[in-house]
Parts: sequence; structure tokens; C-alpha cells
Amino acid sequence: MNWDWSNVDAFMPRFWDGVLVTLQALAGGAVIAFVLGLIWAIALRSPTRWVRWPVAAFTEFIRNTPLLVQLFFLFYVVPEWGPSMSPLVTGIVGLGLHYSTYTSEVYRAGIEGVPAGQWEAATALSLPKRRTWTAVILPQAVRRVIPALGNYVIVMLKESPQLAAIGALEMLGEARGFSNETFTFEAISIVGLAFIVIAYPASVLLRVLERRLVR
Amino acid sequence: MSAESPHTANTPVTDANPAVDGSELIRFDKVTKRFAGNTVLDNLCFSVDSGKHVTLIGPSGSGKTTILRLLMTLVKPDEGTIKVGGDYLTHEERGGKLVPAGEKHIREVRKNIGMVFQQFNLFPNMKVLQNIMEAPVQVLGLSKDEAEARARELLDMVGLADRCDEYPSRLSGGQQQRVAIARALAMRPQVLLLDEVTSALDPELVAGVLDVLRDVARTTDITMLCVTHEMNFARDISDQVLMFDGGKVVESGSPEKIFGDPDHDRTREFLSAVL
Amino acid sequence: MMTGAFFENWFLPGIWITLQVTFFSAALAFVVSFVVGVLRAAPSRIVRILAGAYFEIFRSTSSLVFMFWIAFTVPMLFHIQFYGMAAGVLALGLTYGAYGSEIVRGALAAVPAAQREAGIALNFTRIQRLRRIEIPQAWPEMLPPFNNLLIELLKGTSLISLITVADMTFSGNLLRLVKGESAPIYTLLLVLYFVLAFLLTRGMRLLERRAKAKIGQAPEKTGLFGGLRSRSSIDAVTGTAGTGGAK
Repeated sequence: MNWDWSNVDAFMPRFWDGVLVTLQALAGGAVIAFVLGLIWAIALRSPTRWVRWPVAAFTEFIRNTPLLVQLFFLFYVVPEWGPSMSPLVTGIVGLGLHYSTYTSEVYRAGIEGVPAGQWEAATALSLPKRRTWTAVILPQAVRRVIPALGNYVIVMLKESPQLAAIGALEMLGEARGFSNETFTFEAISIVGLAFIVIAYPASVLLRVLERRLVR
Repeated sequence: MSAESPHTANTPVTDANPAVDGSELIRFDKVTKRFAGNTVLDNLCFSVDSGKHVTLIGPSGSGKTTILRLLMTLVKPDEGTIKVGGDYLTHEERGGKLVPAGEKHIREVRKNIGMVFQQFNLFPNMKVLQNIMEAPVQVLGLSKDEAEARARELLDMVGLADRCDEYPSRLSGGQQQRVAIARALAMRPQVLLLDEVTSALDPELVAGVLDVLRDVARTTDITMLCVTHEMNFARDISDQVLMFDGGKVVESGSPEKIFGDPDHDRTREFLSAVL
Repeated sequence: MMTGAFFENWFLPGIWITLQVTFFSAALAFVVSFVVGVLRAAPSRIVRILAGAYFEIFRSTSSLVFMFWIAFTVPMLFHIQFYGMAAGVLALGLTYGAYGSEIVRGALAAVPAAQREAGIALNFTRIQRLRRIEIPQAWPEMLPPFNNLLIELLKGTSLISLITVADMTFSGNLLRLVKGESAPIYTLLLVLYFVLAFLLTRGMRLLERRAKAKIGQAPEKTGLFGGLRSRSSIDAVTGTAGTGGAK
């Protein structure tokens, strides 16, 4: 079989639909990963081990098992006793949950990077715990973590095609559907290139940002 | 340079050294070296005869170490040429022109040169014996037995025969430096470069290392180029002392002359500051 | 509930396939890591640029899309048929090799320049320096990030179920269709992956300890709750050096 550009043209409308879904999944997943990761990171610094240990065990388990199986779990098991979610929503939750266990490590490093003297100063001023976190520690940590968080957004982008496995029509899902219906093969190549075209400039941009922010 | 060449005694340790005939072995010709716009060596010319022990002295930043690093090809000259044993070190002649030399040419000339570093630079992943055997086996193609026999002989000479199965990290700085000297000698170099070899050592360990080097100077005909702050040592072993400042040779002569009655004020100032 | 026979007939072969895919793609990724990682510091500019381009392109590639491309597009375009799991192994090995090349490059760059100079002073060739001095010294530094990458790779092997290779995940999905239950199956599947990750980590820690002893260093202590991941200056997932403020 030879490459046929007319098949590419025919695929383009569905390609853009797929891009839209991929971006939705990415945006939703990133927000969950950023928020949940911060919660894990703070919980892991809790003084009580009854908070620390379960959170450590849970995040460790999520981080060391495949996203794909977690997506199946969320899609097939959770509705048996909980809410039934659409493929896209399941995907967003799955991506966000999975990568929150990575971002929590990023936050941990960022928080540990704040000099111990800052905690001591806050204590010396008898700032309340909440205020110490929101006004002293986190603002200093955020600057250091932004590039690393950005890197995980790129990782999430590259892993988002797994959502196709539970029927979400993101870029790969659209490409597969189109290929199967038309017995053509160009669509997957286009999607593959699209990932490189998005991910490479993004990672270059982040490296520039990192050089600016982390020093 | 003085005509006498007193060091012709051979020991089994260095029996492969080429015969010393007192001819010119090293020549720097109009060598200039800059680092980030800073001229460290400025149009430098000097030569060293074979078998001689030459000490380079001068304030820090005067380019002494750079001379050793140029000879070891760790840095390349910006201008000028260096000859060792009549061959260009980092250049080769091709079609009547001097061009930067290829790796093969450099390795051929470089095999005559050995170096001992300020920070020893032993390989931490190899035990003492292996550190010494590695290059003779890999580079010179000696058999393992030959290399090991020679390594043990050298370790005996530097007084560490009982430490051959230790990792370098288990040795004191002075012991590490003596191993490093043995490692350099194992390659049977014609020229030995000594770059502030005692500067990183605790004071009580300096003497042991210097004794080994005095031994090497006395019993072999290896040409030595030595950068050091140990003026007594320099006086003991040197045939010639070169005083450097601002990337140039200010003065050169016998140790008696330089340490006893230097011609230049700059030399006198420097010596009064360090002695 | 699952019966023993079912487990034996479906899950055990799946586990075996997962282990095989992990092994073969790790072997391929390992070779690619070293070749590309070393060449990224090659003296020749062209070689450096080509190796760098490999790293950048495969790091920006979605491994699942690439796997689909090799499994379905390549056979049609170039008339090459891949045997069973080969497409999956190729895709995983090439992409994870790109991440690994950053580990190799970073660890080699961290070997002190003085060691390179000592090698030059003893007249070693470039290859000899690399083989006898630089790689042996960088090796213990590579093991912790390689450990993390290996776990990522193990997780990544689940993707081959989507190109219909009958690995653990594939068996789980099949079992769900046959038995009509999902909770016990997917729970078991997750636990199996976790146990495999745990065993791989144990193995890698053992290697690490031996490697460090070999160059005369003491191993770092990790407690029971230290987690499966090794803290390392090189991030295996993003393929970059450092996780932001970790320094």
C-alpha cells in the first residue's frame, strides 16, 4: 500500500475533534494532579503516622501500577458501587490520580528545598500553621516546582492515548476509528507526528523556563 | 643549560628508558595560551635537555601548571608549537604545513610522557595493584604477569608493597600519591611531570612523598619537570630552576644561582615571600 | 469468583508474557541507552547531533501511538510483519532507551574531569577510557535511575495488551468478558503489577549494593517504608535531570 494524502485530508476533521478531547483530558488531568499531589505532599508531612502511612501506601501503590489497568478499574469496577462516569471523565480522573503521585514528589522536593530557617522564622513569629504554609512555604516552593510540574504535563500528554482503551475518542481513538472504518493507515502516522510536534517545543520551552526560574 | 649530565645510573625499575645523551628533549616555541581572554602564557620559549630535572617556580597564576598540562596534551596551545624528542606534540607536518595532529600522532608522542597530579587522580574503581597494571596492559600491551611483576616492584620502591589489595579510598593522601607516582613510572616515561604533588597533602605526609621522588631523581635518568612550593626539595633535586611571572620566563639558572643570588628583583621578592 | 484452574490457564501465561516483554524490552532499552548516551558526548559534532535528535524525538513520542504505528502501519507501508510481541518490544525498547540515554549521559558527565585527565596522562585511547574508567565509575550512579525506569517500563508493558499480545492485562480483560466480573480481576491485576515492581526493585537494590562495594563506597540505607523508588538526580519519567528544586 502507498501513502495517500487524500486519506489524510479525509481524516483531518476527526483529527481536530481528537485534539480537542486530548486537550480536555490533559487540562482536567493536570488540574487534578496538581491539586491532589499537593494534598499528598502536605499529608506526607503530617505529624501523625495515621495520616502519613496510609497516604504513603496509597500513593506508592498507584505510582507503581500501570495507568492502563487503573483506567480499566475506574471504568469497570467503580460503577459497580459508585458513580458511573463517561470515558472522558474516567480518563481525566485516572490521569489526574496517577500523576498526582508523581507531582507529590515534585512538591516534596520543592518544600524540602525551602531552607529550614524559614520554618523557624515562622515559628518565631508564632504564625499559625495555615498561614505558614500559604504565606511562607508554598510561595517559595512553587517557583522551584513549576518547570518540573510542566514536565509532567508533557508526560501526561504522551500517556493520554491510553484513554482510547476505555473508549474516549481522543487523538489515537479517532485515528483508530477512522483507520478501521476506511481500511486506511495514514491516520496513526499523523497522530504520532502531532505528538512530537506538540511535545518537543513544549519541552524546549520548559527547559528555558527552568533555567530562568531555578536560580 | 649546563652541559653536565650526572644522572645516568640505571635501576631495574626503569631499564627501558632510552639512553640519555643530554640532547634537547623538550622545546616550547613561541607558545601562547589564553583562558577566556586571559593570557596565561605569552609567546613562551624554553627548552629542557634530556635527563635534566627542572623546577618551575613563580607566583600562582604565572602559568607553571599550564606548561605541564600543555605537555600532557590536557590543553592545546593557542599559538606556537611544542616538540618532544624532536616530534611535534600537538601538530604534525602534512604537505609541508603544520596542522593540528590527529589522535594517533598525539598518542605516539605522548607515550613518552607521564604525569603525577596534585589530587592523585587514582581510579577509585580499581584496587592499588590494578591502578598500576591497567595502563601497561591496555596501552603498552604487556602481559598481565609482566605488568604485575613490575607493579609489585614499583610498589616496593614506594614502600607500599603490603597495600596492593586495597582500594585507593582506604589509603592516606600520602600513600595515594606514592601509588600515583608508581602508576606513572610503570609506563616507563622519558619525561615525568610533577604538578604540585604535595600541595594536597597534610604536612606530616609530605616528606614520605618527597623522599620517593628524590629516590626517583637519584636512581633514574628520567627527565623531570616539577611545579612545587617545596623550595628545599627544588634545591635538592634540580639541575635548573625556571622563574615564571606573567606567562614568561623571568630568569633561569642553577638552583645555587636562583636561590643564592638571583639577578632579578621579581625573583628575589618571590623567594623572600615563600622562604 | 475466580477458580484456580482459570487462574492457571489464563493468568499464569499472561504473567509469563509480561515478564518476557519486560525482559526483552529492558534489554533493548539498555543497549539503546548506552549507545545513544555515549554518542551524545561523542567528539564528532554530526554524531552528537544525530544522537541528540534520537533522544529528543523519542522522548517526545507517545509510546502507545508509536506501538500502534509499528504494529499496524509499518506492516502495511513497508510489508514487514512482526512476530507477536516483537512490535511491542521494539516500541518500548526504543522509547525507554531514549530516556535511558539521558541517565547514561548524565552519569558519564558526572565523572570528575580529573579522572579523564589521568586516563589521558596514561595514554589510554578514548574507548579504553570509557570502558575501563568512565563507565565503571558512572555505573553505580546509573543504577538508581535505571531502577525507576525499569518500573516505568514494567508498567508500560501493559500497553501491549492493546495490540492484542496476551499479557497479564490482556488476560484480565479477557477474564472480565468471560466471567462478567471486574472488581476481583482488576484488583488482582494491580496487586500482581505491584508485586513485580517490588521484586524488580529488590533485584536492582542488590545490584546497586554490589556495584558500590566494588568501587569502595558504602550503600545508602533505605528503610522499610522508603518506597520502591530511588531518589535520584535524574528523573526517569520526564527524562530530564532533576525534579526542580530537588537540589
